[in-house]
Amino acid sequence: MKKLGLASVMLALMRREFAVALRQKGEVLTPLVFFVVVASLFPLGVGPESALLLRMAPGVLWVSALLAAMLSLQRLFATDYTDGSLEQMALSSTPLGLLVVAKALSHFLLSGLPLVMMAPVLGLQFGLDGRALGILMLTLLLGTPTLSLIGSIGAALTLGVRGAGVLLSLLILPLYIPVLIFGAGAVEADAAGLGFGGHLSLLAALFVLSVFFAPLATTTALRISLE
Amino acid sequence: MAGANGVGKTSLLRMVCGLAPVEAGQIFWNDQPIQAQRDAYRQDLCYLGHLNALQESMTVNENLVFTAALGGVAPEPGQIDSVLTHFGVRGRGAQLVRHLSQGQKRRVALSRLALSQARLWVLDEPFVAMDEAGVRMLADLIAAHLAKGGLTVLTSHQVVPIGNIAPQMLELRA
Amino acid sequence: MNTQVIHWFKFASPQNFYNLAGRMWPWFATLATLLTAVGLWISFFVAPTDAQQGEGYRIIFVHVPTSQMSMFIYIVMAAWAGFGLAFNTRLSGMMASALAPTGALFAFLSLVTGALWGKPMWGAWWVWDARLTSELILLFLYLGFLALQASIDDPRRADKACAVLALVGVVNVPIIYFSVKWWNTLHQGASVSLTRSPTMASTMLWGMLIMVVACWMYAITIALLRVRNIILERERHTEWVKHALE
Repeated sequence: MKKLGLASVMLALMRREFAVALRQKGEVLTPLVFFVVVASLFPLGVGPESALLLRMAPGVLWVSALLAAMLSLQRLFATDYTDGSLEQMALSSTPLGLLVVAKALSHFLLSGLPLVMMAPVLGLQFGLDGRALGILMLTLLLGTPTLSLIGSIGAALTLGVRGAGVLLSLLILPLYIPVLIFGAGAVEADAAGLGFGGHLSLLAALFVLSVFFAPLATTTALRISLE
Repeated sequence: MAGANGVGKTSLLRMVCGLAPVEAGQIFWNDQPIQAQRDAYRQDLCYLGHLNALQESMTVNENLVFTAALGGVAPEPGQIDSVLTHFGVRGRGAQLVRHLSQGQKRRVALSRLALSQARLWVLDEPFVAMDEAGVRMLADLIAAHLAKGGLTVLTSHQVVPIGNIAPQMLELRA
Repeated sequence: MNTQVIHWFKFASPQNFYNLAGRMWPWFATLATLLTAVGLWISFFVAPTDAQQGEGYRIIFVHVPTSQMSMFIYIVMAAWAGFGLAFNTRLSGMMASALAPTGALFAFLSLVTGALWGKPMWGAWWVWDARLTSELILLFLYLGFLALQASIDDPRRADKACAVLALVGVVNVPIIYFSVKWWNTLHQGASVSLTRSPTMASTMLWGMLIMVVACWMYAITIALLRVRNIILERERHTEWVKHALE
């Protein structure tokens, strides 16, 4: 039998995630629909006045994206935990941290990326112009991988626990706040003439930090859940 | 390993695998405690618990390819087919696991042993719900593994002869 | 073998710590009561009336100590949690669990006193300044810890999971504070702030210092009492607990 390198094993896991997602399309589409619904609730709540909506738009879209990304986090490890695959992954000769990164990356591609694609459409509803839409997409593109990585910590901690869904939200949302602040703030900063470069670099910094530290926390949490 | 239900056989097996924490004492592999050689130990280990570790939405082939990948290897073309035939689930490679019967799922789960290059097999009640032919097939597989210099730790309610090797018995009592 | 080492780790056993805590807490309770009395006396009677804020500012003598303690307790909690994860000691996790409710209480008190201060001073019950907002997020972190603990049945697993959460939280707290400050300055510029002006009469400083230490003593007292309860509950199947409860 042929020996596989670490990258190939990670790719195999990602291929697996995609195969499952494609066969259970509903699970991938539901958070996306949730994103649209939640974002549309805000105008209904505050009124259709265009100036107000324009000011609210980056924050509203970011919060809705955040909540939608969180919805799909429960699926990250839950199925594998119940059918025993997670145990096998923990016993694999491939470091669990790399498998976690592969999982988080798949989660980003399957749930974060569609949100990035959908955001401009919703942004138009709020009256954002082309430049603002572009910046918004860029911040979401940089921010959603971080959300997947930080979210994996919460998903790992709440495996098999009562009320896992809501508990996951409570644990993760405070940790999402920096990403939210820098992501949503970029558009507004740009509109105020301050430029969005600072915000983007901070988002990038958060991403780098989470790539290094989140897998460590997630693997520890996974092994605790598997005990 | 033998013992009544609930006495702790599964817990002990999971400790041997390094999944469950140990309150007292240590587990050694190659004269070294397993905590000191985690990656090397996992390379040498193949665990089959009560759960089949099969993703229901994927085909048998896809599952086994992934299982092999977790062990760091890719099967040769045709190898999976021959393994499935050996385990009595021939021709089911392209079927979704969801559509298999419980017995067939268990056999697919067991076939991971044939694709593994691990020296230590840890099996939790592998003979449960297997028919006579299956039991003999598995016993022969384990015997072949032992003949190649491998080691097997298993729990069972029934005493199953493995080739003509006398097993080391451990009985757990509450 | 080094007898000093043995002596130290002797108290890692719940039973020994139970007895030690039993002897220690009355001292801390006395200190807490005394210091609180002195601190409150200073804050109400000795510290001068503030030139700009009149009498209402006196709530700062509760607000500042409680907010400082809420942060400090979180760090101590995370330290115990980390210790427990690294050395696999049961007692460390129990200490972290004992501290959490007190920390949450201090965070809550800090927010309430902040609001009580804000209303007469700035006319609003709540001000989204950096410190109050960070304090609110800290309260969320505490509540998350308590919620996770409550949802996991197995105490050992609960302790370990909460330990991971506490460590992740403690790493994030500076990041969260920085991002909230950024958010605040971006949106409000020079607006109302609940941070004290740099010039403070020395009596005010003394009053605050005494209150901080008083809160600290209180926290230790309550933590010791709570950890004794936790020990009894978790070790209830052991012989010594059965004797102790008779």
